[in-house]
Amino acid sequence: MRIAIASGKGGTGKTTLATNLAALHAARGVTVRLLDADVEEPDCHLFLQPEVERREPVRVLVPEVDDARCTTCGVCAEVCAFHAITVIGSTVLVFPELCHSCGACALLCPEKAIHEEARDTGMVEYGTVTLPGRPAFPLVTGVLAVGEANAVPTTRATMAAADDDSVDVVLVDAPPGTSCPVIEAVLGSDLVVLVTEPTPFGLHDLKLAVGMVRALGLRCVVAINRADLGDDRVHSFCANEGIEIVLELPNDRRIAEAYSRGELLLDALDGLEQRLSSAWDCISTAAQKHDVVS
Amino acid sequence: MKQIRELVVISGKGGTGKTSVVAAFAALAGGAVLADCDVDAADLHLVLDPKLGSEHEFSGRRQAVIDAAACTACGRCAEVCRFAAVLGAADDTYSIDSIACEGCKLCRRVCPADAIHMEPVVNGAWMVSETRFGPLVHARLGVAEDNSGKLVTLVRNEARRVAEEQGFPLVIVDGSPGIGCPVIASLAGADLVLAVTEPTVSGRHDLDRVLHVVRQFRLPFAVCINRADLNFELGAQIAAEASAAGAAFVATVDYDPAVTHAQVVGTDVIAYGGRAAAEITKLWEGVSASLSPSPSPQGKVRGAGTVGKATESEAATTAAAEDG
Repeated sequence: MRIAIASGKGGTGKTTLATNLAALHAARGVTVRLLDADVEEPDCHLFLQPEVERREPVRVLVPEVDDARCTTCGVCAEVCAFHAITVIGSTVLVFPELCHSCGACALLCPEKAIHEEARDTGMVEYGTVTLPGRPAFPLVTGVLAVGEANAVPTTRATMAAADDDSVDVVLVDAPPGTSCPVIEAVLGSDLVVLVTEPTPFGLHDLKLAVGMVRALGLRCVVAINRADLGDDRVHSFCANEGIEIVLELPNDRRIAEAYSRGELLLDALDGLEQRLSSAWDCISTAAQKHDVVS
Repeated sequence: MKQIRELVVISGKGGTGKTSVVAAFAALAGGAVLADCDVDAADLHLVLDPKLGSEHEFSGRRQAVIDAAACTACGRCAEVCRFAAVLGAADDTYSIDSIACEGCKLCRRVCPADAIHMEPVVNGAWMVSETRFGPLVHARLGVAEDNSGKLVTLVRNEARRVAEEQGFPLVIVDGSPGIGCPVIASLAGADLVLAVTEPTVSGRHDLDRVLHVVRQFRLPFAVCINRADLNFELGAQIAAEASAAGAAFVATVDYDPAVTHAQVVGTDVIAYGGRAAAEITKLWEGVSASLSPSPSPQGKVRGAGTVGKATESEAATTAAAEDG
């Protein structure tokens, strides 16, 4: 089963939910793997302190021009839809950060003067989380290199670790928003848990996220963080849309303080483990209802 | 002509209070053009109660379309597509997955039957609206759409154009979380970047990453630690690190439920009042001072440890901003 934790608005508690659900599962004897697919700002490791066993670079292909063969005919620049290669006088200039690795320039160069070379754009870290008193579980973290614009290849490389039947549950901490990297992170999941807060910003961005989930043909449930903070419009929206609310967490300073120090909620407040546990029951039931479209 | 200044507010981590700070600045600036560049989740209009302007379509890319009648099902398009965007069916018909297609046109170029053409994809809309504090340029990215970087660039350019036309001295940009294309697109050529963070392990980690991007582009920056009273120790550490990294100044704002209450009633925190309003007013004074053109000649030190825009870095941000 694959569950993605996402949100339209940032800072609503995606990482909190993902890390705590992962820790909870491990304790319940369910094999779990957590993927941190928020590659621009991956934070799960701050709360879980994994031992990283392996780091694999994420490479994308970019064109390399063989000057001896190049006649500066300009076909490469003409066929590049991303303006990543250009001919100025007798020089061919490549802008690697603009390249989408489509391969058009290499394939269509009449002189066969272009080949593609790998360039690092990020990293995937494979580690093991060992929390006191809980069984260990794997954490896979995607890390976009600082200064890189395109998060998609690193997100995709991280998500490759989702295709594995050897674990019962794959949990994905998705990036905020509704655009390309988010889509990479949520596609293929059995259910998307949208985390929000009951404020106008939270509601507005939740509506966008629900729209995205539906456009992708996926299903979702909602978790409300700081549930006693704003107003009841998120609740009304979910009721009207027939979206199940699986969890409500209070706006409690002790939770915020524990989070600020990088501690898990499970350890911060009595009774939270029980609430997360019931939330999981709702999530896994909803994930298995393949015939119902929410 | 009077030079237009541009303040870009970013955060690295989402949910640190960026948009609330921008709305407060709008109230304090006494006339500025506002640009909501968090096009993925644009929220600024929710607290500025704008009179909505007319919508303009945004097309950030073109997408391949296969003409079934002309297609000979040779499969060459599927062979060359690097994005797995060509879907082949059992009955030998081919079609394009519009979400996967990046618009590289390679399939069209190699198709021997000339059965593929490109169509513009409308993947968003933008508008210039009127608020009580000045014009607001904002946008809506279509659901599950790509190319937010291009839309960010468009919103910023429009904001600048409106400022020039209507004589506003300042553009305030509400950026997006993260460090990827929309953030890079919102940074190019900023006169001051304000990073809003919070004293949490993730706030610190994400600030560090986004400040690396800001420094790569050699932009002057300042840091605001929001909800500073949540963890004083970590707040002090973040402040020390930000200063060491070259921040023009570091300001703090304590937790105040009035910030959320203002949002719930749909207004800015300055109009709502309270402790945070007073602290953000002080923050604004710092921002405003850093933004005023320095009396020293152009290109000299502005703020602490920062220099004027470097041509090379500007070219790099502009190039990246053009990308999706």
